[in-house]
Amino acid sequence: MSIRGVNISIKGLGYRYSSRGNPTFSNLMLESPRGEALAIIGRSGCGKSTLLHIIAGLNRPTEGTMHFDDKKIEGPSSRWVMMFQAPHLFPWMKVSQNVGVGLGFAGWPEKEKAERVAEALKLVELSDYADTNVQDLSGGQQQRVALARSLVMEPELLLLDEPFSALDAFTRASLQRDVRSIAKRLGFNLIIVTHDIDEAVLMADRALIMAGAPGKIVHEFEVNLTDPRQRQDPAVQSMRARLMDAFHTAAQVAGSPAENAEAETASEPA
Amino acid sequence: MSNPAPAAGLAGTRTSRAAEATARGVLNFSLGLLILAALWWLGGYMISINPKTQSFAGFGLIPTLQSFPELWNLGKLQNAITASGYRLGTGMLIAIAIGVPIGIIMGRSKRFRELSNSSFQFLRMISPLSWMPIAVFVFAAWDHSIIFLIAIASVWPVMFSTAAGLAKVDPAWFKVARNLGATPVQMLTQIILPAISFDIFTGIRLALGIAWVVLVPAELLGVTSGLGYAIKDARETLSYDHLTAMVLTIGVIGYVLDTCCALLVKRYSWHRGDA
Repeated sequence: MSIRGVNISIKGLGYRYSSRGNPTFSNLMLESPRGEALAIIGRSGCGKSTLLHIIAGLNRPTEGTMHFDDKKIEGPSSRWVMMFQAPHLFPWMKVSQNVGVGLGFAGWPEKEKAERVAEALKLVELSDYADTNVQDLSGGQQQRVALARSLVMEPELLLLDEPFSALDAFTRASLQRDVRSIAKRLGFNLIIVTHDIDEAVLMADRALIMAGAPGKIVHEFEVNLTDPRQRQDPAVQSMRARLMDAFHTAAQVAGSPAENAEAETASEPA
Repeated sequence: MSNPAPAAGLAGTRTSRAAEATARGVLNFSLGLLILAALWWLGGYMISINPKTQSFAGFGLIPTLQSFPELWNLGKLQNAITASGYRLGTGMLIAIAIGVPIGIIMGRSKRFRELSNSSFQFLRMISPLSWMPIAVFVFAAWDHSIIFLIAIASVWPVMFSTAAGLAKVDPAWFKVARNLGATPVQMLTQIILPAISFDIFTGIRLALGIAWVVLVPAELLGVTSGLGYAIKDARETLSYDHLTAMVLTIGVIGYVLDTCCALLVKRYSWHRGDA
């Protein structure tokens, strides 16, 4: 697979659900260089998922512009693919059919499609399950199929909307490690939206904390850690503590005791 | 490493259980038919031994079965089945061609659903046969009137089942497909239709039952072919064995059609646990 990342430039981005309502966020500025893994952390309702949907082209911003490598983004494309909180696989299809569905939409010939699907399944270690019905897989395996379905499109950018939050701790840890390692190996950008601080530390090169209403980026951290990252590593623990402090400060400035309680929950080690 | 012996044993147990269930099903099916045939034979026998009812002995099981070769040789059976089959098939195709697209629009558009609901519910509640006088005025041929009656009777289950199926579809599938670059046509053919095929075939199965019930009384009026007409003709010529043979034919064809639909429903169902 030959994937390359993309330079992302977001300027003055804003979004309102209704013309008379308050903005979810406004005047948001964001730059992300080619191949970067960026985490956006924030409490529920701060607009981080909406931001991700807009970057994926699934929602249109009410103000501002987005450019990927100087190309203005105005809609969805198989070059920037989103992985959702749940795998949302098509249950009438086998694993290989689910993985190849996007290539089918793009009109790929069957032979090339089969080769690419086999390659993507190998990447997520599911080669033996190609002919299995997706309903027979575990939650973690289903999320791996969703990852393969995204990777097979050779995206320049993979957007992850709390993709591992429904999984058990072991599966979550293994997928966090695998997604980062695949992204680094193939060179595509990652944008991860999460309220799990550990996830941000383990997966990202840079973490942004989003808070307030309307939401804005209140803190930014370079996550300069060596790979592979281990949860018990003192450097990881130290970065986690710094992000925790910033998260608490942001929550206290932005809101209520409930938000602080959420920050505690979100930071519980898996 | 897994031990092949217990796995083979488990597979063997599963196979023998499946074979046992199939054998039990076949036995119960045959036994049910046998009981029905015995009751029919008994009724026919009682009619035949009573001098007051003896002239109706043709209704019995044995005379009915004996009349089939004659009906076949005269070509009456084939002609009746062909004529009724053509009307049923055409009416059903029209119902599917109208019901599925409108059902999809109903399932996708809340506004259309709200706008159309009262009209469709009102039309649905009108007995299909009550359209007959209007159909006779509108269509030049009796055949077309009957096809219209079948179509109007069977369009509602197809339409509402399609709409209900689409309403149950996970909206995230559309988002995922759009994200992966699906065009509107691909969304329809590769996501929407496979997702709701179970509901469409369930609707067709219900519609077929209704259409079959409407077909026979509709053929009692005006036309000179079909199973309904054959029953009327047999009654007027006092050929009670022919009459019962046609009734039996209607039952068998209806049962076969319903079984085919049930197999299609099963084949296109992706829900776990659907029989």
